[in-house]
Amino acid sequence: MKISFRIILLIAISLISLTACKKHKTLVEIGNEQQIMYVGNFDEPADVDPHTVSGIPEYHLEMAIFEGLTAKDPKTLAAIPAAADSWSISDDGTVYIFHIRDTARWSDGDKLTAYDFEYSWHRALMPAIACEMVSDFFAIKNAEDFYNGKITDFKEVGIKALDESHLKVVLNNPVSYFLVGLDNFDFYPVQKKTIEKFNAFDDRATRWTRAENFVGNGAFTIKEWIPSVVFTVKRNPYYWDAANVKLNEIHFYPTNNLLQEEKMFRVGQLHKTEFLPSSKVDAYKNSPEYINFDYYGVYFYSLNIKVKPLDDVRVRKALAYSIDRELLTKNVLRGGQTPAFHYTPDDPYGYKASANMVYDVSLAKKLLADAGFPDGKGFPSLRLVYNTNSDHLKVALAVQQMWKKNLGINITLQNFEWKVYLSEREQKNFDIIRRADIGDVLDPATFLKSLKSSDSQNETNWGSARYDELIESATKQKDNIERFKYFQEADQILVDEVPLIPIYFYKTNNLLSPSVKGYYNNIMDYHPYKYVYLDASAK
Amino acid sequence: MLFFIIRRIAYSVPVLLMVTLATFLMIHAAPGGPFSQERKIPLEVVKHLNERYHLDDPIWEQFFDYCKHLLQGDFGPSFKYPSHTVNDLIAAGFPATCELAIYATLFALVVGLTAGVMASLKPNSWQDYLPMSGAMLGICLPSFVLGPLLLLVFGIWLQWLPVAGWGQIPGDKILPSITLGASYAAYIARISRGGMLEILSQDYIRTARAKGLSTSRIIFVHALRGGITPVISFLGPAIAGLLAGSFVVETIFQIPGIGRFYIQAAFNRDYTMIMGCTIFFAFLIILFNLLADVVLVLLNPKLRQEMSGGR
Repeated sequence: MKISFRIILLIAISLISLTACKKHKTLVEIGNEQQIMYVGNFDEPADVDPHTVSGIPEYHLEMAIFEGLTAKDPKTLAAIPAAADSWSISDDGTVYIFHIRDTARWSDGDKLTAYDFEYSWHRALMPAIACEMVSDFFAIKNAEDFYNGKITDFKEVGIKALDESHLKVVLNNPVSYFLVGLDNFDFYPVQKKTIEKFNAFDDRATRWTRAENFVGNGAFTIKEWIPSVVFTVKRNPYYWDAANVKLNEIHFYPTNNLLQEEKMFRVGQLHKTEFLPSSKVDAYKNSPEYINFDYYGVYFYSLNIKVKPLDDVRVRKALAYSIDRELLTKNVLRGGQTPAFHYTPDDPYGYKASANMVYDVSLAKKLLADAGFPDGKGFPSLRLVYNTNSDHLKVALAVQQMWKKNLGINITLQNFEWKVYLSEREQKNFDIIRRADIGDVLDPATFLKSLKSSDSQNETNWGSARYDELIESATKQKDNIERFKYFQEADQILVDEVPLIPIYFYKTNNLLSPSVKGYYNNIMDYHPYKYVYLDASAK
Repeated sequence: MLFFIIRRIAYSVPVLLMVTLATFLMIHAAPGGPFSQERKIPLEVVKHLNERYHLDDPIWEQFFDYCKHLLQGDFGPSFKYPSHTVNDLIAAGFPATCELAIYATLFALVVGLTAGVMASLKPNSWQDYLPMSGAMLGICLPSFVLGPLLLLVFGIWLQWLPVAGWGQIPGDKILPSITLGASYAAYIARISRGGMLEILSQDYIRTARAKGLSTSRIIFVHALRGGITPVISFLGPAIAGLLAGSFVVETIFQIPGIGRFYIQAAFNRDYTMIMGCTIFFAFLIILFNLLADVVLVLLNPKLRQEMSGGR
């Protein structure tokens, strides 16, 4: 019995020592006092070389440690001066001359010049770098030919540093969103001295982005990068607007376990989560911590129109008209999503599609009967492909039920692991496939051009000469009112021909501590950290 | 003994080679490539990426190239994390995986042995049934159930311990170590109970009792040494299992170990990373099994004799 007593004593001591861990200040409370922000950033960043990455987690980091010629106003999303303090545009809208800010510096104190931008954009266009977003540059004169090897002399490309302070950019056509597009991170500058120390001009796999080697030009610079643990940035004292940067540090955590991320937020380990799982939305719905705002993206089902009977527009319409999107968003997804009756999301500052699909079950039934399938009789069992994810499953199940109930047809659901799903899509091995598109610039072209018959993103096998012509014509227009007319007609064609079925427009669903200030909700979910600060007194 | 070790090492070379070849073929056969993503990369860019990582070479050439680098200890560049090599990432992840395995082993040994010894002292009494029921529960409860359960109680309700992280906040290593160690503690409890029961019925223990030695002296000095021998033979594969099997716990608690990289690599089709992790884990499993066998031979004079006879 002596031993049992000792064991009980040991357990008691361990429990008491455990309780000693209680009542410490949370990270968020400590962070609020020291202006250190803790952020859930979804995934481990692949890298922070602005020319080799393209993901959202990387985007959040790039935005903190680099700065382009322009930035966006977080309230209006309009282009504002950043590394360039002014610019002039030729009357025809194709020649831009940027003046680089005299006070712009790299994080090692060196002066940032127009030559740095010329060098960086040249690097992005080197084929061996394999910049994933290289097509952003193709609006610039001869950039595409240089990338494809048709031109070998970079001097022929429309990018030229006139002197230390002036950068001249010549476009093929006027591009109304060119200025805001310059805030996309593939346009950010990299420092020649640092790049060449690691022989990285056209080598994508070097160590220049490690914390100890890194030099950037953003409001923050890398303090520490421990893979899979944390990516920490600290305030850059050489940043031209350093006096107005309030945060001292930001710690980005790879939080791809979303349920765990929510728990971290709940116990005060994070100021902000990247997502909120739909199963948790109800618990936070009335909380001031819950952020639910329009997000510039659309969730849709693509139809493979080479598959019978999807080659018949009446069948496609019947499928599209028999989905109750209101019910789906309200009762199934419950994250405040907006039902989508057309493809391109409306943007509060400009474009609004004029075409709309309908939710009309009797019309859908009639269309299906006209196509030779009265009450769904004889309709083949089509395959709906989606990638493994509980929300995609919920939507697919609901749509499957709606089609069964409203049209009397049976659809087989097939879920695949992410990369298998991408491979099926690539090979067009589907009848109906879940898809989503998120706009990278606030312009309808970002969505609509992907349905051009020649575009690699268009997996529907659908194409329309008129549609292609409209998109082409729109790119040549300088005036937005005129351009938007072309886009509205393009959206109308998509509604009439239904190569895809829009389902809902996204909402941001995440959590934000009330102590975070200077954070403005906007449709691009764009939150430059230079404006953000923490207010310990906010409850 | 030396001959035994050399022979075992020689056997492990073809095993590693087979693991390498099988993994290489399987990952290349899996649909989807390292560079596919929701918004497709232009074909030209994919072409340049394939060139950069030699994915456009014939598959056998790729395999021999890989083996050539492997012999020099180079696992190659990571496709997903261009500024890191696979060696960098394994070196970054191994300390956390190792530390987690060590704490889990310690937890398993302390709790398992205590429970096992306690149970063996009064077989078929409540002191036996209680820890053994606990052990049965520990064996049945997988870490993906136990982990979130512990998180809920100690992380969310009581708020005694952090819910995620590794070495960032005081106390963040406690819950993962318990979660990973629990089922091993349960096995150890059952094994040591069996071992102890056998030893306690031996004549020399009866002699010790007859001589009037205290219970604690009999257990700690005389019985435990023999009683835990089965635990030692269990520990070799168990430690290898703890190292290679910690990915669930690493994912639950967001621990930056190799397991987490391994899982992500499979999702990302980061070929070199999958290869590197598989070969590394295969090596560890072979190594720990070898170590366990060596320790067993050293502890068991009978085996030692057999081996020298065999030679």
